[in-house]
Amino acid sequence: MPADPLVPTKPLHLAVALDGAGWHPAAWREPAARPTELSSARYWTDLALEAEAGLLDLVTLEDAFRLQSTDRTDVVVGRLDAVLVAARLSLVTQHVGLVPSATATHTEPFHLSKAVATLDHASRGRAGVRVQVSLRPDEAAHLGRRPELTALVPGSTPDPALVEDVFDEARDWTEVVRRLWDSWEDDAEIRDTATGRFVDAAKLHAVDVDSPHFSVRGPSTTPRPPQGQPLVAALSHVPVAHRFVARSADLGFLTPHDADDARRLVTAVRAERQTQPAWPDGAGDQPLRLLGDVAVVLDERPGAAAERLARLDEAAGAPLAGTSDALVFAGTPAELADLALAWQEAGLDGLRLRPAVLPDDLHATTRGLVLELQRRGAFRTEYSERTLRERLGLARPANRYALTEAAR
Amino acid sequence: MSRDTTGRQVHLAAHFPGVNNTTVWSDPAAGSHIDPDSFVRFAQTAERGKLDFLFLAEGLRLREHAGRTYDLDVVGRPDTFTILAALAGVTTHLGLTGTISSTFNEPYEVARQFATLDHLSEGRAAWNVVTSWDAFTGENFRRGGFLAADQRYDRARSFLETALELFDSWRGDEVLADKDTGRFLRAPGPGAFARHDAHFDVSGHTTVPRSPQGRPVVFQAGDSEEGRAFAAEHADAIFTRYATLEEGRPFYADVKARLAAFGRRRDDLLVLPAATFALGDTDAEAEEVAREVRRAQVSGATAIVFLEQVWNRDLSGYDPDGPLPDVDPVVGEQVMSQGRASVRQYRDPLATARAWRERAEAEGLSIRELMIEQTARQTFVGSPTTVADTIQHLVEAEASDGFILVPHLTPGGLDPFVDRVVPILQERGVHRTEYEGTTLRDNLGLRPVPAGGSSTTTAGASA
Repeated sequence: MPADPLVPTKPLHLAVALDGAGWHPAAWREPAARPTELSSARYWTDLALEAEAGLLDLVTLEDAFRLQSTDRTDVVVGRLDAVLVAARLSLVTQHVGLVPSATATHTEPFHLSKAVATLDHASRGRAGVRVQVSLRPDEAAHLGRRPELTALVPGSTPDPALVEDVFDEARDWTEVVRRLWDSWEDDAEIRDTATGRFVDAAKLHAVDVDSPHFSVRGPSTTPRPPQGQPLVAALSHVPVAHRFVARSADLGFLTPHDADDARRLVTAVRAERQTQPAWPDGAGDQPLRLLGDVAVVLDERPGAAAERLARLDEAAGAPLAGTSDALVFAGTPAELADLALAWQEAGLDGLRLRPAVLPDDLHATTRGLVLELQRRGAFRTEYSERTLRERLGLARPANRYALTEAAR
Repeated sequence: MSRDTTGRQVHLAAHFPGVNNTTVWSDPAAGSHIDPDSFVRFAQTAERGKLDFLFLAEGLRLREHAGRTYDLDVVGRPDTFTILAALAGVTTHLGLTGTISSTFNEPYEVARQFATLDHLSEGRAAWNVVTSWDAFTGENFRRGGFLAADQRYDRARSFLETALELFDSWRGDEVLADKDTGRFLRAPGPGAFARHDAHFDVSGHTTVPRSPQGRPVVFQAGDSEEGRAFAAEHADAIFTRYATLEEGRPFYADVKARLAAFGRRRDDLLVLPAATFALGDTDAEAEEVAREVRRAQVSGATAIVFLEQVWNRDLSGYDPDGPLPDVDPVVGEQVMSQGRASVRQYRDPLATARAWRERAEAEGLSIRELMIEQTARQTFVGSPTTVADTIQHLVEAEASDGFILVPHLTPGGLDPFVDRVVPILQERGVHRTEYEGTTLRDNLGLRPVPAGGSSTTTAGASA
């Protein structure tokens, strides 16, 4: 393991995934947990400020159009709209990236595009959106607009053609969202008192996307956001989702179980990236950041984390490792630092940590893991970039419509 | 105005300057309408003046004129929910009212957005429900814009009723969060709902626990017969344009009289007209300010555009400082202007043209002068004392319950009102010096929404 204080050849990125009381089903029963405050702004603000105190790159906010469970009484149930929570954090944080989840399958790309653009304006360039799809009949029944999805049998494996269709729709949805971000050129607002014109109408562009599921004319009602293109992120476990990440995303979250697995997944997604069309039709030629997801139970004392995980698993009646899509890590910050650097060596750009318990494992991350990585010279000691894209080493993309103009 | 009045309380709110010619962007003091600082400044000024709420309008497609994006007014705005949620973090008492379409959204999503906003603001969310069925705006959305005219209010009503059912689907006592026993919920599957009607076929569970107000305060805008009936049944407040004594009193009497039929009291529905204002040290100085603002609001080019909306034909060859066109309007489908609510006011363009010509001739007005008179006259013009008198009188006379102020400058346009008129109203005891409560509903004097029930039905009558 590269535990030596080497100067890393590339920066390590750390995200934290915020969800309810944490990712362990028994998290809400821990002494420091705040299970009655999960709908309060104060709770989410405290968590975001802690992430910011730890110099983390960004926080993601989980969301879905469904309850976490409809048949259990022993787990956290109920959640707020993630885009609004991110918005609520935008003026009370200064540095940390804000990446709420949104479901492409059931939302209007026009609304989401201007919402994330506004989040980017409000946060001065710290916004992203984690795009997800839905193949669940309960979610479809809530929205009532997709009978073919409402008709699915709960828990069954959907027809692969339907899965493809939902991911194709997410690709088109993201394309609409991205085009709308570009639909205002950066200098469209001219405020020319001499001619009385507020905008140069020639610098506002229709997007004209026709997908089997929607068509959108544009332009957006919200001017181009500070980052030009806020970050598009997605979680990916399977090839069809890898393709979505490769085609449409700036940031992918993968779920390797060890360094070799990480290397294999990164190779697969990066290979897929190269087959995708170049910007602006796809993101094939754009840099892609890939983070490994890990559920974490952290404690400075050797063995203490494993004990705590065992206690949580017992309280929940089942081990988290049995249901988690991501690796469940229980150990010391130094051991997690080893893992982070090993996975970075395997090709990942960093980790998205899923704290098993909030705020405990977030604190252990921001106060333990971060210090350990800083000690090894492997993590930033201050925020030095202005925008989230800059922090991730992603350039501000040229406006596709301005590009077209320039080519004429 | 004497001070020994009955002291009917004046409700005041602030409309963030919108994307129309009321907003003067050419003034050197005009700032960004997108930068968060503008919204923070505006909201904090409103809160300093102890105003009830901030109001945001919405437009879901950029307006077009003569086939291209209309460029003479402010263009572009932030997303309503996003900016209101952000402002919840930098204000403590100010209500946050968003205009959200029942046409280009689904009830499940809008209900969880408003319930979330209500949580994040600790009970300050309000929803101005609007319905728009133009295919032009629909081109930006999955659903598109078409619905037969006779179904529009029907769907809007069903949309709101579905949303109200969603808000009420959590009673507020579901979460135990008992760490010792391990019971988070009293019972599994909270938030159950089902709605099956001609417009919506939805069922399942809402995700957002009951919010501090139970539901957002509901506004209705629009003064058609259907709109008034809709408001009388469901709304907590009406946003109107009848801000004068002559127009306000009959409207006020009409909508208040409709409430009893739904088991509601007169003070269960507030009538709040939009109001522009121009202030000066003296009435004469205010008149001068008002005149200057109006000329900035209606340039020659803007005057021609207004005329083209009614004439529905290209009038770009006419001199705005000359007489009105002698040609008649083109009757039929609007081809000049897209995405403007104001166009619908001119239901009989030939009659409008005739009336305008007569007025222009009688008063010797040019196109621009006429358009200034027709479209831009401020609601309140005068010294702070005069404006305070006027407002107090209108509320005493039951022409309204207060006003939604529409400043002409972003973001500082509200400051003179808050600094100069509000203290007079406070001194007279008709505007609060401290917020009465923590929720918007408290500060509007509306009764709380009982859990699991609706204040607009029988449950409210016994409260």
